[in-house]
Amino acid sequence: MAQGHLLSLVRKDLLIEWRQKHTLFGVLLYVGATVFVVYMMSGQPEARIWNALFWLTQLFVAVNSVAKSFLQEHPNRFRYYFTLVKPTTFLLAKMIYSVTLMLMMSLVSLLLFSILLGMPLVQVGLFVVISAVGSISLSVVFTFLSAIAARAQQNSALMAILGFPLVTPVLMMLSNLAMKAISPVYQPGWWTLALILLMLDLLVVILGLILFPFLWQE
Amino acid sequence: MRRSWWKVLCVICLGYTVIGGILMPVPRLNIINESIRNLYYHVPMWFTMILLFTGSFIYSIKYLRGGNLRDDIYASQLTNTGIFFSILGMLSGMEWANYTWGAPWSNDPKQLGTAMSMLIYFAYIILRGGLKDDEKRAKISAVYNIFAYALMIPLLWVLPRMVDSLHPGNGGNPGFNQYDLDSNMRMVFYPAVIGWFLIGLWIATLKIRWGLLKFEKENNFQFEFEKNNK
Repeated sequence: MAQGHLLSLVRKDLLIEWRQKHTLFGVLLYVGATVFVVYMMSGQPEARIWNALFWLTQLFVAVNSVAKSFLQEHPNRFRYYFTLVKPTTFLLAKMIYSVTLMLMMSLVSLLLFSILLGMPLVQVGLFVVISAVGSISLSVVFTFLSAIAARAQQNSALMAILGFPLVTPVLMMLSNLAMKAISPVYQPGWWTLALILLMLDLLVVILGLILFPFLWQE
Repeated sequence: MRRSWWKVLCVICLGYTVIGGILMPVPRLNIINESIRNLYYHVPMWFTMILLFTGSFIYSIKYLRGGNLRDDIYASQLTNTGIFFSILGMLSGMEWANYTWGAPWSNDPKQLGTAMSMLIYFAYIILRGGLKDDEKRAKISAVYNIFAYALMIPLLWVLPRMVDSLHPGNGGNPGFNQYDLDSNMRMVFYPAVIGWFLIGLWIATLKIRWGLLKFEKENNFQFEFEKNNK
């Protein structure tokens, strides 16, 4: 039953995304414009800078695309959902939706990066996996924060203020992990770092599921 | 007197820390030299900050469980005091680093971790400032406080493993660890920790009392009535 709810909520969000094409293409254009600005500023940088710029772009894309998950809904509609589904189901649905969106956006930005800023990658497959893990981490954290911002009736600026310090270490871990795909250097403790990142994602999801019901009720 | 014994203890400990910390002998170490005395002031400030943030975290959980607005006042004032101590710790650390490391800011993981937790709690204040309704402010800020604290602790633990630390005792720098048996330093350090803990709690209790008074005043119609009929 709950699974049916979850699936139909995710389907609803994706359908809205597909039907209101202007928002989807808006985000795509945002990604494109951001990468283009980065390219104009930096040209084709060396591998380390490339990595840093890539993750910075991911951060800004995450803020802009994930912000929609909660902030696009009218506050009154939350009351309607409240009567229909459990809060945890609702949060999970939003998380799945924003992870899907973010995965797509990170692939697009990776493609644009490789076209415009050059391709310093040694292990492309590994980098794609890491950027997928990165999109999951970023979108999960920002989904919860956009729920907070939506409840506070604020815009995505508040989400950025709340989120940037929280995701800075996550970004650092991600860029350290990604260095393995960029330069073939021996990195001790790579698996530990990857494991810590996954544990952190799990922690965020669990915390979100515990805390969201409190946020939800008025 | 029976209830304020800890305030007396606090004054004694801190008085002893100031006098003993400057006058008692310390081991002579390269680079650090006499600045090792900063251990008595700078390090306990961090401990106090963590203590206060932990207190705030506990009161946020209490608020979500019980819904008593007094718990929210406790949480917010503990956070404010914690931020005050983080600023003190940052300034004392930067002043010390200026002489020991040659620059006030040198990409040290502990510095970065503190800067990050300061940003997190500044955001907490911004979040609170944007909300006018008491109940809503209490609820949303409690949720953010718990979320941020629970994420901050593992991150503060992970971060030092990714950037090399310049702190004494890390990465081959001369430190206190090999002098752990130096009883002179212990004799000042432990009372210093207790003293700073207590003064942190003292400041927090004063702010909490002020917050509670304001809360009573705003939510007590009797008070309004008396004021108007004077």
